[in-house]
Amino acid sequence: MVYLDHAATTPMLPEAVQAMTAQLTVTGNASSLHAAGRRARRTVEEARESLASALGARPSEVVLTAGGTEADNLAVKGLYWARRDADPARTRVLASPVEHHAVLDAVEWLAEHEGARVEWLPVDAYGRVHADALREAIARNPDDVALATVMWANNEIGTIMPVRELAAVAAEFDVPLHADAVQAFGQVEVDFAASGLAAMTVSAHKIGGPYGVGALLLRREYAPVPVLHGGGQERQVRSGTLDTPGIAAFAAAARHAVAHREEFARDIGALRDDLVKAVRAAAPDAVLGGDPDPAGRLPANAHFSFPGCEGDSLLLLLDAQGIACSTGSACTAGVAQPSHVLLATGTDADLARGTLRFSLGHTSTEADVAALAEAIGPVVERARSAGLS
Amino acid sequence: MTTDAPRRLRVLAAMSGGVDSAVAAARAAEAGHDVTGVHLALSENPKSFRTGARGCCTIEDSHDARRAADVIGIPFYVWDLAERFREDVVEDFFAEYEAGRTPNPCLRCNEKIKFAALLDKALALGFDAVCTGHYATIVERPDGGRELHRASDMAKDQSYVLGVLDDQQLAHAMFPLGDTLTTKAEIREEAARRGLFVAKKPDSHDICFIADGDTQGFLAKRLGRAEGDIVDESGTKVGTHEGAYGFTIGQRKGLRIGTPAPDGKPRYVLDISPVDNTVTVGPAESLDVTALTAVRPRWCGAAPTGPGTYTAQLRAHGGETEVTAEPADGGLLVTFTEPVRGVAPGQAIVLYDGTRVVGSATIATTDRARVRIP
Repeated sequence: MVYLDHAATTPMLPEAVQAMTAQLTVTGNASSLHAAGRRARRTVEEARESLASALGARPSEVVLTAGGTEADNLAVKGLYWARRDADPARTRVLASPVEHHAVLDAVEWLAEHEGARVEWLPVDAYGRVHADALREAIARNPDDVALATVMWANNEIGTIMPVRELAAVAAEFDVPLHADAVQAFGQVEVDFAASGLAAMTVSAHKIGGPYGVGALLLRREYAPVPVLHGGGQERQVRSGTLDTPGIAAFAAAARHAVAHREEFARDIGALRDDLVKAVRAAAPDAVLGGDPDPAGRLPANAHFSFPGCEGDSLLLLLDAQGIACSTGSACTAGVAQPSHVLLATGTDADLARGTLRFSLGHTSTEADVAALAEAIGPVVERARSAGLS
Repeated sequence: MTTDAPRRLRVLAAMSGGVDSAVAAARAAEAGHDVTGVHLALSENPKSFRTGARGCCTIEDSHDARRAADVIGIPFYVWDLAERFREDVVEDFFAEYEAGRTPNPCLRCNEKIKFAALLDKALALGFDAVCTGHYATIVERPDGGRELHRASDMAKDQSYVLGVLDDQQLAHAMFPLGDTLTTKAEIREEAARRGLFVAKKPDSHDICFIADGDTQGFLAKRLGRAEGDIVDESGTKVGTHEGAYGFTIGQRKGLRIGTPAPDGKPRYVLDISPVDNTVTVGPAESLDVTALTAVRPRWCGAAPTGPGTYTAQLRAHGGETEVTAEPADGGLLVTFTEPVRGVAPGQAIVLYDGTRVVGSATIATTDRARVRIP
């Protein structure tokens, strides 16, 4: 199989598998006081320190969760509730319109159920939020902003946001800025302290760790209202027995990701450039989504719109040839919806239906790109003949 | 039929999430074809995906179809044909009722969606055939042409709702359930044996896009209430109704006529006239029809040039009746050997020669009903 969907999930790294399996047969709840509990706690805390070090954070700033979606929800809802509780005037939420659904839907839920007033920040044709836009939005009334949330890098089109500049603007007004860094981690330098963010989401399975583990990096002065109530683990912010094997594996993957990041960005970036060239050669009218400047996009991401084609058709035809990729947009009951990301960038609605996202990862090879290069031309031709239904 | 065809075909199996289409897809795959499953999302309002109501294209049905495809081991996709379905089936349904006719949306869906929109896309993507869980049989003639026949099991035969398919559509159709004498219980057993958990799923009966089964309510919401007269054959007003579209010819129940008929016998809907919003009622014998005209004929094979004797079916699950039919003015003129009752314009008449489907047309007028198709 030619797997070009690493942004959906990437194979687990051997060191992560090893770290996880080593813990699976060890008994001990990290919250227990006895020897077994202490042993588990030691594993968890060492992993936390590893993660903190990999992400430029202090260990106490790592709130472990059961994945990216949970961390996003905790950040968006928890910070909203806490900030509004402290001052009822703070009900304005500033968000980029290109967020992952874990943020987008959490924000919309706040608007529907918690009285939040959502303002979608303007983005440019690459889906990028500029610091001026954030400044303008906050400055309109700095006192009523609950939080702002802008992803570090976009999961569909790979555009990297100017996170430091955005965080600096937010800090000027004392507004907490959250960034979903699920796609960025492992591909670009992600340093929580240097970023100036108040909160940041990461996920294990996007970097070669296991499913169902993630973390919210959270500056110590913020105490979001919990989404999950219970035993009071993780600074009373995220209750639930800690997943020792998963957390150990997450840390192993994070160490690997950071140690190999530059080489990954260089090698996979070059492979991605080859892929882009090959697709353009085979389908000259394909439109590259996101920033054409490699410095402005994730090294492992390539995104195209194919005029006159249905993304569904393209995916089916490639799948039939053993090539796995994604249309990039979310599904409702299996039906691909026009990408909210592309629509936000001002892409024509018909063009936005014919998208494919190819995402590379640590197991990607030249042979993968060659297989796609051979298949894509006829596939696009055939999908075009099927048209837009 | 083609399950034992020597050629390995690329087959697109339409999977509703029910047991029949799942077994059909499994049989096609077992026969050696390269099968891909597809579930059609036909509801335009995404929220209705989550109602969980029985009917079609709830999120649950889509999930059931996906599970079945996974068990069979075939790729599976959901295709959004909601817009086409609304235009070609639901809007047509409203328009037909509004015009005083009684449409058959399943037939329309086969004609316009499954064996048009879906088939066209399938062919363009390189598939050879569309496979469904319908009970009907395809017979290959020695000359390579294809004939549509009733299912081996007459009790489950669905050739009536496929009677609209023309040669081209038939050439790319596959009905793996039609040629075996299997009871529904046996199909369920087969599903269970194949590990398809939809084996125990209840059959769907009603119109799929009316989830609660309340057709009158569905029509009223869209077409509004329009009070009018219910009259007897002499034109005397015997009651009122809230919209002529709410009636079907031959209907007896729900007329709510205060005054009993002079002879005390039950009264039936004889005519529906949208023009003056009048419903005419009368005794059962007045429902007798001896001839009808039909429009939009579609033939499986060459169109007949002169009159012929056929058996005809006038509604889904209806019996057979002997007729003489001849082409007339681009339509069809049909005479019944024995009078039949309750023939509703808008329904299809499907003509058979033995078990073979000869063709179909939409009933326009009867020598009883005043309704006219423009």
